[in-house]
Amino acid sequence: MENIKTRSDDQFSIVELGLAALAVLATFAFLYGGFVFLRDSGISQILTALLAVVWGVGGVAALYYVGNLFIEKLPHNWTVRLQPFLFVGPAVALLAWYLAVPTVRTFALSLYNANSTEFIGLKNYQAVFTERIMLEALSNNLLWMIVGTTLTVGFGLLIAILADRSGFEKTAKSLIFLPMAISMVGAGVIWKFIFDFNPNIGLVNAAVVGLGGEQQAWLSLVQPWNNLFLIIVMVWLQTGYAMVLISAAIKGIPDELLEAARVDGAGEVLIFLRIIVPNIAGTLLTVITTVVIFTLKIFDVVMVMTGGQFGTEVIGVRFYREMWTNGNAGYGSAIAIVLLIAVVPVMIYNLREFSKRRAF
Amino acid sequence: MHVMKRRALWMVNGALFIIVLLWTIPTIGLLVSSIRPRDDIQSSGWWTVVPHLGWVSTGEQRPLPEGQTRDQPITIDGVTATYDEWREGVDLGNGTRLVWVGTLRLGQLEVYRQEWTASTRFTLDNYGQVLAGREYEIRNTDGTTTMVQGDNLMGAFLNSLTVTIPATIIPILIAAFAAYGFSWMRFPGRRLLFIMVVALLVVPLQIALKPILTDYVSLKLNGTYLGIWLAHTGFGLPLATYLLYNYISGLPRELLESAFIDGASHFTVFVRLILPLSVPALASFAIFQFLWVWNDYLVSLIFLSLGNQDAQVLTMRIAALVGQRGQDWYLLTAAAFVSMVVPIVVFFALQRYFVRGLMAGSVKG
Repeated sequence: MENIKTRSDDQFSIVELGLAALAVLATFAFLYGGFVFLRDSGISQILTALLAVVWGVGGVAALYYVGNLFIEKLPHNWTVRLQPFLFVGPAVALLAWYLAVPTVRTFALSLYNANSTEFIGLKNYQAVFTERIMLEALSNNLLWMIVGTTLTVGFGLLIAILADRSGFEKTAKSLIFLPMAISMVGAGVIWKFIFDFNPNIGLVNAAVVGLGGEQQAWLSLVQPWNNLFLIIVMVWLQTGYAMVLISAAIKGIPDELLEAARVDGAGEVLIFLRIIVPNIAGTLLTVITTVVIFTLKIFDVVMVMTGGQFGTEVIGVRFYREMWTNGNAGYGSAIAIVLLIAVVPVMIYNLREFSKRRAF
Repeated sequence: MHVMKRRALWMVNGALFIIVLLWTIPTIGLLVSSIRPRDDIQSSGWWTVVPHLGWVSTGEQRPLPEGQTRDQPITIDGVTATYDEWREGVDLGNGTRLVWVGTLRLGQLEVYRQEWTASTRFTLDNYGQVLAGREYEIRNTDGTTTMVQGDNLMGAFLNSLTVTIPATIIPILIAAFAAYGFSWMRFPGRRLLFIMVVALLVVPLQIALKPILTDYVSLKLNGTYLGIWLAHTGFGLPLATYLLYNYISGLPRELLESAFIDGASHFTVFVRLILPLSVPALASFAIFQFLWVWNDYLVSLIFLSLGNQDAQVLTMRIAALVGQRGQDWYLLTAAAFVSMVVPIVVFFALQRYFVRGLMAGSVKG
């Protein structure tokens, strides 16, 4: 691409370059002014909202525009050298600031005490793996991981297969998928309502009382099963995801393959085990990985429904409590690092797949 | 053979129908409850809006039986029960039921008859109360009234929009530029930087919250819209860049080359050619990110609540409402539904793109 001509190539002018540089500075100044104005002004909320959206989106576009203007006014070889960094630079900078560097910074924090003033080595990690409440969280997360993932993928698979053969596939899939659009906080409210103690409010207790049983405080007193009731919420939310991916994979299996098996007299169960499952194994792995990671980080559902009380503590809530409620930066960071370590195998797998797939 | 096939189809349809019903009931229950009056929510389940056989007051009242010691079980019409049981209501066995209203000494018996009935009083008051934040009157059972403050979800709703729209568009723009750079430009460090993108795909964002908050406090970005936009941008970028790279790098090479021969610069090619061609991929990620940001709780909790109370988004407001007024279901159901309206509309309108995005996406951190 070195020999591609750009317009600035022929007409390099120091005046234009200066003007472009000025435009960059002016844009920055203007955007900063807008930021201060939006932060401090007392204008109505609707107006602030509108202006903020225009300022934010327009600002980013404007920065790219004037940045490019400046770079294209440079001598040609500099344009070629710098333009890629205008394109990838902002993304790389943000990724470094928001994810890559914090990994190191959080690890450093995890080696210090609560207010990061004294180096204490691996003591925080020792606490993470010995403290009673943390052990409860770890074992609950294990439960979430095993039960939650099994149910999500199981239901996803079941529904995908049923829908494939049913007369109302589209509607069914839409309705199963719908909870994906609902926040975990919203889902927490919905299910807290379902599990309410009052049989005039909670559907579950209404059913239990109607069948002659006794109403229960499902989410608090029915331990350790209350964890299961929280997991149901996640299954309800995530099954749609599993179903959509699995369903697409099943539809990708060539019809001839299935027909041939049927002609040979294979039953549906055999077809499922011998043909469908091996053909969608890759998709199943993706779905399982995604759901496992999801369960590791589970936070909102537990926070809203039980706050981690009644034996429902999980790593995500523990992290929040230690870091923000108790203000223990060291301990909180150690928990975050444990979460990170848990996903490292997936990270390595992704990198391997990536380097295998293309000559980059 | 044919009969068996039809029976199998019936079983498949039936099983699927039951599952779909189970999946939908929670949402329906919430929606129905949110439009029932407060008193009805407290006294009868939302499912009573479905016609059912229930006890309906006939309006007829009978005097209390005379001549019995009332601290002993009391017999009325041949049925014996304690005072407490009578207060709950006792079935006489002939399709009527008596309920003791009042105290042990003074009161009367109210006659109920079993009939087909449905609870059909609906109202939008709950929405008025959660959205407008005005005070309203509650009539207590003893006849007095109390003034109760509603909730100002309208403000939180606006905040959610103000947070979500730029936090969706900004990462798309930045990621699209980066995806183009990685696809069609050669520069030192290209491979290494892209490996960073792939590696960061699954990094849990919990890892970043504390260091970023420290930065925000010193930069005075804490509690500002800019701060939360950038945070969502940073956390969404790995997936956005990865998805858009996969799409943009797959566009035909000849297309770009002919544009370059015509003298167009990278910037022009990107804006005029690549962006319009990438609309399907952009839309897929947009809906993904939109739902993710709108439904996010943790990130806003850290970067908004610790700085600025007025900047609360819907999820934060609702979680707070659950804590403060966990039994006020007439408020909670309406509030939860307010938070669900936008994502559900977006979801149904753009479901196709969402599904496509899910398929293309790997795992998000």
